[in-house]
Amino acid sequence: MKRLSIHLSSRLLRPALGCLLLVVAGALAAPAAAPLPKDSVYQLPLPLTDQHGKTWDWRSHRGQPQVVAMFYTSCQYMCPLIVDSGKAVQHALTPAEQTKLHIMLISMDPKRDTPAALMAIANKRKLDPARWSLASPRANDVRGVAGVLGVRYRQLADGEFNHTSALLLLDRDGRIVARTEQIGSVADPEFIQAVHRVVAKP
Amino acid sequence: MHRFTALLLLVLPVAGVFAGGAAWVMVPGGSFRSALKYEDGGIARIAKFEMRKRPVTNAEFLAFVQTHPQWRRDRVATVFADARYLSQWPSSTRLADDDQAAQPVVDVSWFAAQAYCQAQGARLPTWREWEYVAAADETRRDARKDPAWRERILGWYARPSSGPLPRAGLQAPDAYGVQDMHGLVWEWTDDFSSLLVSGDNRVQGDADKMKFCGAGALSMDDRENYAVLMRVAMLSSLEARDTTNSLGFRCAKDLP
Repeated sequence: MKRLSIHLSSRLLRPALGCLLLVVAGALAAPAAAPLPKDSVYQLPLPLTDQHGKTWDWRSHRGQPQVVAMFYTSCQYMCPLIVDSGKAVQHALTPAEQTKLHIMLISMDPKRDTPAALMAIANKRKLDPARWSLASPRANDVRGVAGVLGVRYRQLADGEFNHTSALLLLDRDGRIVARTEQIGSVADPEFIQAVHRVVAKP
Repeated sequence: MHRFTALLLLVLPVAGVFAGGAAWVMVPGGSFRSALKYEDGGIARIAKFEMRKRPVTNAEFLAFVQTHPQWRRDRVATVFADARYLSQWPSSTRLADDDQAAQPVVDVSWFAAQAYCQAQGARLPTWREWEYVAAADETRRDARKDPAWRERILGWYARPSSGPLPRAGLQAPDAYGVQDMHGLVWEWTDDFSSLLVSGDNRVQGDADKMKFCGAGALSMDDRENYAVLMRVAMLSSLEARDTTNSLGFRCAKDLP
């Protein structure tokens, strides 16, 4: 119930009406109106279009811890491992913990990663749509999201990418609380400990 | 209008134009061999674009901060700028003096530089665009093979950086009409985070596939070109929120 109210207010708080709503929401329910922390990645507006063709800002996920990584679907080598990493995190959690965590894979190749391309990977890898979002930003936003997540990339002439790979853990307010570059089906134990702590927080 | 531009191009190699109060220079396109060894080909085709004649100054950045208060140093989100951001100013909305007003702004993050350019209807130059223009001296568009040119640039890197920064726009314009590409400040590029250079020279060119998907890190094709080598090493070590007291920026624009 509490989580739901935070969700709702963060959606409302977005645009120009924010100030007015802040006052109203503040009077109604103090925790829901908490301003976004200055070190939250959600300070960056980021509209994403997911595997279902739905467009939402990543800030609509405020209120639930997220594991975030950047990838692209035509990648042969590293990106399947990034999906493996997300699965490895899930497998290290209890079923109750799993329901509290969302996994968001953000494409660095929005031109080719259409909803259909994203859905093809989601189906192929049997990713539960309730727990996984595969989504593309607008082309002009890729550098910015990579910037807040600390990912470096360069597109090659053939359309492939060189990129660094990292898994980031965001708390409910979008603060980066853990980061690992250990990618693959063997989870980084320290990262998993951090996930346990974040999902345990009320 | 098109004929007018074409006429200008005939008369002058470069047409300087004014927009938004800042001087812009039209940079003609061309093919260019980067000093970086790109595994997908070393020669790039650069499309014509506009570049600011000078780096952005403190006065210009202050005007931006006043109209975009979310970029004041006391209000900026820490995810976009580190603790040093604009720390050279006496307060979040005031400059020390006229000298500071005319100096290039430094201690700005990539996010802040990008927001500034966006507010001018522009963008940051790409690394290739920056390198293309930075290859020029006062008379030649590509002076990189000239040892005297290289010596001059190295001389700047050898000077201690403890004194106050000179004003922007004091150096002679290069063959394009652009000033201060060398000898004043380092500059952000839009794609600074595409410079995946290994910190260790000995492993350059080796594909470290656990870190870099696809192929390996970039390596240098022209190891004698210290100006480029040092810029790349510096930019590749930065995060987008980082600031340093010698790193500023200028903006660029696409041309139709």
